[in-house]
This record gives sequence, structure tokens and C-alpha cells, in this order.
Amino acid sequence: MRHRKTVAKLNRTASHRKAMFSNLAMQLFEHKKIRTTKSKAKAVRPFVERLITFAKKGDLASRRQVLKTVRDKKVVKELFEEVAPTFENRNGGYTRIVKLGQRLGDGAELAYLELVGFEGVRKEKKEKASKKDAKKKKAAKEKTKEAVEETSEE
Amino acid sequence: MALPKRRQSSARRDKRRTHWKLSAPVVMECPNCNQPKLPHRACPNCGYYKDRMVFMPKES
Repeated sequence: MRHRKTVAKLNRTASHRKAMFSNLAMQLFEHKKIRTTKSKAKAVRPFVERLITFAKKGDLASRRQVLKTVRDKKVVKELFEEVAPTFENRNGGYTRIVKLGQRLGDGAELAYLELVGFEGVRKEKKEKASKKDAKKKKAAKEKTKEAVEETSEE
Repeated sequence: MALPKRRQSSARRDKRRTHWKLSAPVVMECPNCNQPKLPHRACPNCGYYKDRMVFMPKES
């Protein structure tokens, strides 16, 4: 019986929801911070935290479990090698939701979903952007600026 | 099929609607920039939430 198991359905079919969660999770691990609606942020949060718990375990089986949903080996590698170790002493609560107010147009409440400890504040943002660009082999300084702007717009 | 016997008077209709009320949003002062903001949300003016910059405010 599924009595009293309330899950946010978000007006989507099960497959659509699953795909959306996996997209959101992938984006979050890639960018460390995503802007989405509050409802979506709240709905993916447990999903994402579960993936991080797998990443903390770090064995091949759990890596494959994560790859089932996050279908990008680069992102998974970063998750396992860079993100997960920082959460070693944290038992859950790896993500933070910061509410932003309502969106013009449809009035939906927006929020940031971010990984705790990877807050993109001004200074850190530049470092993060340059790191990301180095990976993509685009070390041009102008592009770094653009990347900073992009992350702030997101 | 059951149908209303009488038209309801405007007074009855309006009495029913006395509980339809709007409530004013709670507004607080941003501790960083002293502009009005909604509680538990990042400040739309300066982008701060709890002593930390959450996003870069658009320069106008």
C-alpha cells in the first residue's frame, strides 16, 4: 500500500518526472548551484542526496548506481572525486535551498538548489569558472568572464 | 433532479463571501541593504540571504 506516502508529482508522468530529476541532478553536480522552482528543488533534493550518499561510498557498484541516473561520466567522476570527499563528515543535508521569490510571468516561486560548501560567492565563482574552463580546454580569459556571468544568471 | 427553490438574495450571497479575505504579505527590512524584502527569501535588491551573497544583483 502506498498510503500516506506523499511524493510530489509535479504534473508529470512517472517517466517524465524521472527524466527531469536526472537532468536536474546532473546540472546540479556540474554547476554546483541551479536555479529552479521551489517545488522542483524540494522534490529533487532527496533524490540528489541519495546520489551523494552513493558517491561517498565510492565503490564501483555505487558508481554504476549513480551512472544509472547521471549519464555523464565526467560529471560522475567529479562527483565521486571532488564533491563526495568534502561531505565525509556530514550525515545528510548536502544541499541547501535558498528561496528567491516569485517569477514574473507565472508567479512560480523560484529557489536556488546548491551543494553545501560549494557556494558560488564572487571570489569563489571566478575560481570555479576558471577550473571548469580548464577542463573544457578553453582557458581564454574573456570566456572566464562570460562563464562568471552565465553562472550568476543561472 | 434537485434544484434551488428560490434565488438567493444578494445579502445572503454577500454574507457567504465575508470570509473571502486577502491578507497582506509580511514584509521585513533587509539587514544588509535596508530595503523591504520578504522573509525567508533572498533579498531581490542586494542578493543577500543570511550574511551571504546568494546571487549578483542586476546593476540598474
